[in-house]
Amino acid sequence: MSLPTPANRRKERVDALAATAATGPGGALLEAGSVDEKPGVSLIASAWRRLRRDPVFLLGAAITLVFVVLALVSPLIAPHDPGANLLIDKVRPQTNPVPGPEPGFPLGADDVGRDLLSRLLVGSQQTLVVGVFATLFGLTGGLTLGILAGAFGGWVDSLVMRVVDVLLSIPSLLLAFSIAAIASRPSQLTVIIAVAAVQVPVFARLLRGSMLAQRHSDHVLAARALGVTRRAVVFRHMVPNSLAPVIVQSTLVLAVSIIDAAALSFLGLGNPNDRQPEWGQMLGRAQTYIYDSPHLAVYPALCIIVVALGFTLMGESLREALDPKSRR
Amino acid sequence: MTATATTPRTGRPGQEPLLSVRDLRVTFRRQGEEPFTAVDGVSFDVRPGQTVGLVGESGCGKSVTSLAIMGLLPARGNTVEGTATYDGTDLLGLPPDQMRDRRGRDIAMIFQDPLSSLNPVIPIGLQVTEVLERHRGMRRRAARPLARDLLDRVGIPDPDRRLTDYPHQLSGGMRQRALIAMALACEPRLLIADEPTTALDVTIQAQILRLLKELVEETGTALVMITHDLGVVAGLCDEVNVLYGGRIVERGERHELFAAPRHPYTSGLLASIPRLDGARGAPLTPIPGSVADNLPWESACAFAPRCSQPVQRCTAETPRLEESAGRALRCFNPVEVTR
Repeated sequence: MSLPTPANRRKERVDALAATAATGPGGALLEAGSVDEKPGVSLIASAWRRLRRDPVFLLGAAITLVFVVLALVSPLIAPHDPGANLLIDKVRPQTNPVPGPEPGFPLGADDVGRDLLSRLLVGSQQTLVVGVFATLFGLTGGLTLGILAGAFGGWVDSLVMRVVDVLLSIPSLLLAFSIAAIASRPSQLTVIIAVAAVQVPVFARLLRGSMLAQRHSDHVLAARALGVTRRAVVFRHMVPNSLAPVIVQSTLVLAVSIIDAAALSFLGLGNPNDRQPEWGQMLGRAQTYIYDSPHLAVYPALCIIVVALGFTLMGESLREALDPKSRR
Repeated sequence: MTATATTPRTGRPGQEPLLSVRDLRVTFRRQGEEPFTAVDGVSFDVRPGQTVGLVGESGCGKSVTSLAIMGLLPARGNTVEGTATYDGTDLLGLPPDQMRDRRGRDIAMIFQDPLSSLNPVIPIGLQVTEVLERHRGMRRRAARPLARDLLDRVGIPDPDRRLTDYPHQLSGGMRQRALIAMALACEPRLLIADEPTTALDVTIQAQILRLLKELVEETGTALVMITHDLGVVAGLCDEVNVLYGGRIVERGERHELFAAPRHPYTSGLLASIPRLDGARGAPLTPIPGSVADNLPWESACAFAPRCSQPVQRCTAETPRLEESAGRALRCFNPVEVTR
């Protein structure tokens, strides 16, 4: 899953998404919270009714919820300080490099005697922070570019979209690695930026596609016929109606960001401060002991897989529920 | 060109026209394709309080005419020639930002499909106040009671509640009323209605038409009614322009035109309407062929291939729009008037 997808396949996927966006719901998503008087009338109401009974969505949402709650309370519930070498005395480099479970340390410790359970728990925090901020940054950058292209059209559109095409033609992980490697001092922020940069073109293309569809829609014409200013046409009439596919995409991007961030840390391009545990980095460290103590790799790997799966399941079922073509 | 700037003379005499369209010509150009002239030398006048109809089948250029006057055609790929003088100013020559200031304030437009013409993610009230904020510089809070009154005036029941409703929560007729409220928000002197009843069912159509009629009578707004529905024309318009292939083929006062159509196209349109007093089971008389059969106006009458009574000249010469006694006609062999 974390291998770089061939670039052309990635582009195709984005194109397909943009296409569904162009013909797609075209909005009605934002009225979600405020109006719910007539269930079944609005897209969101019928989508919610489908989701509520969709076991895939419920599973994804449950995983996500557990993960977020754990990340938030992990410093409180972690049995030990994840950075403290509490079992360092038990580490014998030749005979017993990785201390096994013992009372108070249910999963044992790592190769420098830090409690594995605490590190896994607290590690969720980093994963959540990187995932959320990388998605937010990617969203911000992508929305800016997409709005530029969709609102102005013409040569601005061509210029922005060519840049996006170039970025999309580079395999996503390779792009993230390059950006992370450029940073002279790797930190959590460089990881976030590297992972976000990969998502910018995806969001830009998606938004631009649905903005173009909005541009020629009747209500935009009607707004223009009332003399509404260009800015208001773009921000009040075009953008809010183009966001539905972008919001759905965000949940999927969260999963990708988490995997990408883990991959960066695994390869040593992540946050060097290993007092702050991170799943990808734990996985990297575990390589040395993979034959004798596979559990050191298995636990963080499982965490990454389950969390990414949760977001993916939620995002996919959200997209299906909002796709008018799959509505019955 | 033969469709030179002739002066239409119908309507309320003695009053200066509010909008005067002269020799309007819209040509679409696409790369690798022949330029297509959608509107070809159209001229007409609209006076305050007058309702002028533009009638014709799909593709005759009626909607393009209205979009050209509003300055809403895409910026590229077309050329607009001629003039559209509104209160002394040629709208077609205005820079885009000045035209934008006038749209919604001086001239407003009502569209065909009320659901897709409303922004689905914004409550109705906000869409009405948006116009007031834009053109009157009002604050949203100050504009709200005004928006409420507007909804009330166009006959939306319980306007206070409807202000916060979203378009999908309104019925088709109410949506069109809301659009009319938005168009009327700044009391424009000219209203262009592009097939305002086409997407509505028949009973709602009648209500909307009655509403438009009342508003025109109350406010003295000039109305340009674009439609393919002769029933709408009969109920609402003072003067009727029949378009074919981008040109006006016949113009006249409503009653005269319906009682005695002179152009075979107008006559054919009227003959193809089912009549309540007609014999049961009697077949309708359609106009044969389709718009695709048109001849080029440059060397013939575009309608000739579909005409019921063509003569030799029709395929060899361009007919001119001849004016007489408040009527205008573009035909070599007009229908005989039998009174």
